[in-house]
Amino acid sequence: MSLLLVCAAGGLGAVARFVVDGLVSRHRRGALPLGTLVINIGGSFLLGLVTGLAVRHAGFPAAVESAVGTGFCGGFTTFSTASVDVVGLWEADGPRPGITYAVLTLAGSVLGAALGWWAGSLG
Amino acid sequence: MADRLPPRRPDPNSRVRAAHRQPGLLALVAAGGAGGTLARAVLERAVPAQAGDWPWATFGINLSGAFMLGILLQTLALGGPDTGWRRAARLGLGTGVLGGFTTYSTFAVETIRSPAAIAITYAVATVLLGGLAAAAGMRVAPRRARPGRVAAG
Repeated sequence: MSLLLVCAAGGLGAVARFVVDGLVSRHRRGALPLGTLVINIGGSFLLGLVTGLAVRHAGFPAAVESAVGTGFCGGFTTFSTASVDVVGLWEADGPRPGITYAVLTLAGSVLGAALGWWAGSLG
Repeated sequence: MADRLPPRRPDPNSRVRAAHRQPGLLALVAAGGAGGTLARAVLERAVPAQAGDWPWATFGINLSGAFMLGILLQTLALGGPDTGWRRAARLGLGTGVLGGFTTYSTFAVETIRSPAAIAITYAVATVLLGGLAAAAGMRVAPRRARPGRVAAG
C-alpha cells in the first residue's frame, strides 16, 4: 500500500521535472542545463526538510515521509540526466563547462539539503 | 535530407504544443517515473542504508542509471531524429524510468548525514564515477547498421 503511494508520487515527481525543465529551458540561452540544476537543488532542499522534520518530530507520519521523500523528491530529482549532461557539455565545449556544472549541482544540492534539514529541525 | 516521408518535425509556423504540454507524453513520463521509483524503492528496502555506512543502494542505483541513460540517449541519437517513437522512448524510458530510478536528493541528504570522511568520499566518488558511467554508456551504445549492408542469411 505504501509502496503504491511512493510509486504514484514518483510518477508525479517525474512529470513535475519534465514540466519545470520545459519551462526553464524555454527561457534560457546559456549553455548550462539550468532546468535540471534548479530541480536537483530544489528537490534536495525539500528532501532535507522532510527528513529533518521526520527525525526531529516523532509524530511525523512515515507514509508522508516515504511518499514525499522516496516518491516525489526521488522522482523529481535525477542523477542520470545530470551525469549525461556533464559528459555532453564536456564533449561539446571542453572540460570547463562540464566540471562547472557538476560542481554547481553537487554544491548546490548538498547546500540545499543542509538548509532544508536545518529548517526541518527547528522548533 | 533524403527522407521521402512527410516531415514529422514540427513546422515552426504552426502552433505545435511543446512536449511538456502534450497529455500523451506527460502520461508516458508519469508511468515511466512511477516504474523507476518502484525499482528504486524496492532496492533501497532490500539493501537498507545503515547509519554511518556507505549508502550502497543509492550508489549502485545512480551509477547504473547514469550508465543506462548514456546507452539509451546515444543509441536513440545515432538512430535518427528525435521524433515519433524515438522521442516517446527518450521521454518514457529516459526522462521517466531512469530519471525516476536515479535520485540526486537522496544522494545529497545521505551526504550531509554521513560522517565527514564518508560524506566527502561518497560525494566525490558518486559524481566522478557517474560521469564516467554516463560516458562509458555512450561509448558502448550500438551504432546503426551501415546503410546498404545486407544481413547475411
